[in-house]
Amino acid sequence: MTLLQVEDLHVSFPTIDGLVKAVDGVSFEVNRGETLAIVGESGSGKTVTNLALMNLLPQRASRITGHAFLNSRQGEIDLVNLPETQAQQVRGLNIAMIFQDPMSALHPYFTIGDQIVEAHQAHNAVSKEESRQRAIELLELVGISEAKARLNSYPHQFSGGMRQRVLIAMALMNDPELLIADEPTTALDVTVQAQILRLLRELQKELHMAIILITHDLGVVAGAADRVNVMYAGKIVESADVNEIYARPLAPYTHELLASIPRPDIQKEERLHAIGGQPPSLLKLPPGCAFAPRCDFSSRVAGGKQVCLSTMPDLTERRNNHWVRCHLTGDTL
Amino acid sequence: MKQKPLLEVRDLSKYFPISSPFQLSRHKVMNKAVNGVSFTLQEGETLGLVGESGCGKSTVGRTILKLYPPTSGEIIFENEDITHHSSRQMKPLRKKMQIIFQDPYSSLNPRHTVGEIIGAPFRIFGTEKGKTVKSLVQELMERVGLNPEHFNRYPHEFSGGQRQRIGIARALATRPKFIVCDEPVSALDVSIQAQVINLLDDLKRDFGLSYIFIAHNLSVVQHISDRVAVMYLGKIVELAPTTELYTNSHHPYTRALLSAIPIPDPVLERSREQIVLSGDLPSPSNPPQGCVFSSRCWKAQAQCFSEEPQLLKIGKSEVACHFPE
Repeated sequence: MTLLQVEDLHVSFPTIDGLVKAVDGVSFEVNRGETLAIVGESGSGKTVTNLALMNLLPQRASRITGHAFLNSRQGEIDLVNLPETQAQQVRGLNIAMIFQDPMSALHPYFTIGDQIVEAHQAHNAVSKEESRQRAIELLELVGISEAKARLNSYPHQFSGGMRQRVLIAMALMNDPELLIADEPTTALDVTVQAQILRLLRELQKELHMAIILITHDLGVVAGAADRVNVMYAGKIVESADVNEIYARPLAPYTHELLASIPRPDIQKEERLHAIGGQPPSLLKLPPGCAFAPRCDFSSRVAGGKQVCLSTMPDLTERRNNHWVRCHLTGDTL
Repeated sequence: MKQKPLLEVRDLSKYFPISSPFQLSRHKVMNKAVNGVSFTLQEGETLGLVGESGCGKSTVGRTILKLYPPTSGEIIFENEDITHHSSRQMKPLRKKMQIIFQDPYSSLNPRHTVGEIIGAPFRIFGTEKGKTVKSLVQELMERVGLNPEHFNRYPHEFSGGQRQRIGIARALATRPKFIVCDEPVSALDVSIQAQVINLLDDLKRDFGLSYIFIAHNLSVVQHISDRVAVMYLGKIVELAPTTELYTNSHHPYTRALLSAIPIPDPVLERSREQIVLSGDLPSPSNPPQGCVFSSRCWKAQAQCFSEEPQLLKIGKSEVACHFPE
């Protein structure tokens, strides 16, 4: 069942140098209980997409158009340009978010108990004691021992992995329908990353919530996602089920990205496959496909590279539920 | 005949005093960032140094270059004991040993042009006869894949990957023999990482360099290294040739670390058995008694909590564990 339906989302920021189109016509769906991964490099628009859904972008400095329908417990809500009072209702209650850097997401002056309880009090007319009880329950759920005593600790008394657990507990206080995890393990060490990913997987199974996982790590995606959206320069360039996209990437960008990461399970080759060039500046986007200047496959397009450089291909369904934005046709690359 | 090593490190330690805002006790608490590390580096070899944050891998790199004075131990570079060299004695050696930093944003002076940054080593050590600093800098820029016409640009005009190339060009300027690469690709986007790794590979071959390659990304280390040392809490727990370490590791921590790397293949990733360690890294100021890994090890027995294991040879590897796999 569809929980969130994003339609033609555009986010742009006017700057002195011109309009930055950070998100340029993005549409996707998230089903209940499903994990959607959004993969891309810095500047591809993956974080801005989700900040727009949360109404966390500065209203005067950004222009947002499009729709994002959330099938919430309270009925259907269009998240785009929601008035601030309503947005506050949705945040935390229907959609919760965990961030990359767990230290800066927690306030250093307040105990973690204060901060978790506040998240509950904002949406529920219950006594503080009840909120504290719930906080203890959730801290235990995310694997923090002696939860009752730890409520009185300050963020600096926790390690990075423990802080991320605290943030997850805080996000779950109001039983959200959608959890947005923005690079939740990027700041953590690999052994701790494995712990947190396992925890998120177990919690999702137990609470049946949908997760949008934003990351640049294709290894993390392989273990955690059901569906994958690959973004490049503000657009979705490929969208498919996780097994399909790894077995048969159809967008040249996805293909090259997968080929360029060194893999621990494969014996080393002499040279890594490198993608030439740089990601484009969002101020000076080419008229055609944004990846065309770096693409090795464009010579295969009927009409040659010129076509790729001058016209933007549409996102089309190439195989069953496998969408690709590329001038190349056919169901292999 | 055994080759003579370029660099030999014997029982190196580096402790940092932890300053407390209230100087209540005269007894100083020490953060034992590096605690008795020994290894050698052959000419033309790349030694990978991996471990989680706080394991002391960067401190090892910087102490070898004498950017930190070592607490104890010996550093022998080209048969010369440099452990107690003054900065004046170190200066001629600086030509031979260089470093590339992790963050290409904070390691370049924003008020200097690229020409000034890469040219600085030439101004300090002088240039070859008949060549100007500018021509040498432009040669280097071309070699690392930068446009030599960008000589007068400032660092902010470059992307992260290009800035890392500037840092590499600066390190190459003195024609060093040995470079410490401290997380050189960690701050870069995935599509750019491969470019920089390939560049480092090419330069190693062309200039006959030896690297100490410090990184937390085990896949990158595997790709570039000949041998790999795994560090935990200031100690080397396993040191082995790369293929050996990745296919047949002996220390439980190495196993756990390798098993924690996510594999970019959904079928494999979901079917494999994963070792997930419980708990966090203990504080380096108060490491566990006995084996440093004992507090998180699933195989730990009484001996592990009381007696510290030494780095011993098992096959081609050296392992510090009482009960190796």
